[in-house]
Amino acid sequence: MANHEVKSPIPGTFYRKPAPDQPPYKEVGDQVVKGDTLGLVEVMKTFHEVRADADGTLAAFPIEDAEPVMAGQTIAELD
Amino acid sequence: MAGTIKKLLIANRGEIAVRIIRAARDLGIATVQVHSEADAESRAVQMADEAVDIGPPQAAKSYLNVEAILNAAKKTGADAIHPGYGFLAENADFADAVVAAGLIFVGPSGDTIRLMGDKAAARKEAKKAQVPTVPGSDGVINGMEVAASQAEAIGFPVMIKAAAGGGGRGIRVAQDAAEFSALAPQASSEAKAAFGDGGVYVEKVIERARHIEVQVLGDGEDVVHFYERECSLQRRRQKVWEEAPSAALPEAVRDSLCTAAVALAKAVRYKGAGTVEFLYDDESGQFYFIEMNTRIQVEHPVTEMICGVDLVAEMIAIAGGEKLRLRQEEIRRHGHAIEVRLNAEDPANNFMPFPGIVGALAVPSGPGVRFDHMLYPGYAVPPFYDSLLGKLIVWAEDRESALRRLERALSELQVSGLPTTAPLFRALLESEELRASSVHTRWLEPWLENNIDLIRQKGGAGA
Repeated sequence: MANHEVKSPIPGTFYRKPAPDQPPYKEVGDQVVKGDTLGLVEVMKTFHEVRADADGTLAAFPIEDAEPVMAGQTIAELD
Repeated sequence: MAGTIKKLLIANRGEIAVRIIRAARDLGIATVQVHSEADAESRAVQMADEAVDIGPPQAAKSYLNVEAILNAAKKTGADAIHPGYGFLAENADFADAVVAAGLIFVGPSGDTIRLMGDKAAARKEAKKAQVPTVPGSDGVINGMEVAASQAEAIGFPVMIKAAAGGGGRGIRVAQDAAEFSALAPQASSEAKAAFGDGGVYVEKVIERARHIEVQVLGDGEDVVHFYERECSLQRRRQKVWEEAPSAALPEAVRDSLCTAAVALAKAVRYKGAGTVEFLYDDESGQFYFIEMNTRIQVEHPVTEMICGVDLVAEMIAIAGGEKLRLRQEEIRRHGHAIEVRLNAEDPANNFMPFPGIVGALAVPSGPGVRFDHMLYPGYAVPPFYDSLLGKLIVWAEDRESALRRLERALSELQVSGLPTTAPLFRALLESEELRASSVHTRWLEPWLENNIDLIRQKGGAGA
């Protein structure tokens, strides 16, 4: 069980990369500092960054890149 | 009567899908609504004769999935496809694929879409048809040094535009030569990434211009126009308020503008509904072609209101093989129409999009009022698509009366459960400059910054 779950504040489509041809913001195993961008949520054609609200090690992304996300759904787990 | 079409598949969603279903039904044509999983409860799905699920919520897997759409047509026995606007509406390969599948595409040929979709080629075509264009490069620029000297000759500031762009996307502004040499390569690589085509061209920035566009309808041989719309009120190059006719055009300019639009459409043997867009400089009285959109546009209802025509029905009839049903001299305009776009955005909070569930809904009606929308109480607005919820359109004998009627219609409108752009329009109606139509394409953004308190105050009433 992860120590901390980062949740999307808004519904939309979740992306792990800033653009399709760029590498993901973070990979599993990366160190994360509060405020780091973990992904983007696209809502009605506008993009919003989802930032870490705690420090930790990235344990998992329970959601795939470019998949729908609900408000309040966990997008990353930190240990 | 719509020629050979018996069953029409709508490859779109939202308010325009509802609009197309209505036109088809008026013509006695059966309808098939394709939809993503997220749109299973949409109004268009409820209204259509048949509905087919074509995939997951993401547009790339549903509304942009050509194979799924063609399979749905085959499965339901549809003989024509209407693309609406956005999604695949201006995708030439889609138009070709529809025809190759033995179906009718409601719109121009793939070749026409391809020609007009290449904004640099469209400029050339306009020049050939003697239509004035914005001073700029002769087609796509070749080599940055040549381009820099061209930009110098045109005069700064200039816009660097993606040839494959359009709809306000892929545009950079360079104020001087230094900025130009920094921005032009950047614009080109961005265009390559976004549109798969790195071609860019250069146009002079017309500082204070109105956006005026002419509605045309062609049957592949003859072309008629339905006068102009003015869409100068824009935020981030997206239109928010449209009118017909333009309050700014002298009659002689209107004539030459409409004549130019018809000349261009005739030159490309245009078939279907299209819009020829211009910038108009009040002070010099000059107009310049910017681009042609080869689809029905969001703001088409203002034209329908002043001309008394159903443009969507006409484009379906033409696709079905009919010739133009109206001669130019039969097309008259009467009165004034205004459309405002109701978006699921909070105008008091930097237009933050806000999907949500529609609560109470009061729809404005009465004389001269039309509300094209997709809402019903309990409808959950999905987050996956654009934020347009509907369009409130009013018509009256003159502009002053139309503004009053808009105010009345907005007072009847209530959409609870999510923020909308309605408070913006209530606030705009208090602008003396807008009431006098003393506006241009860069008027709205500074006005928004200066009137945020007024917008907040207008948001208090519910919708």
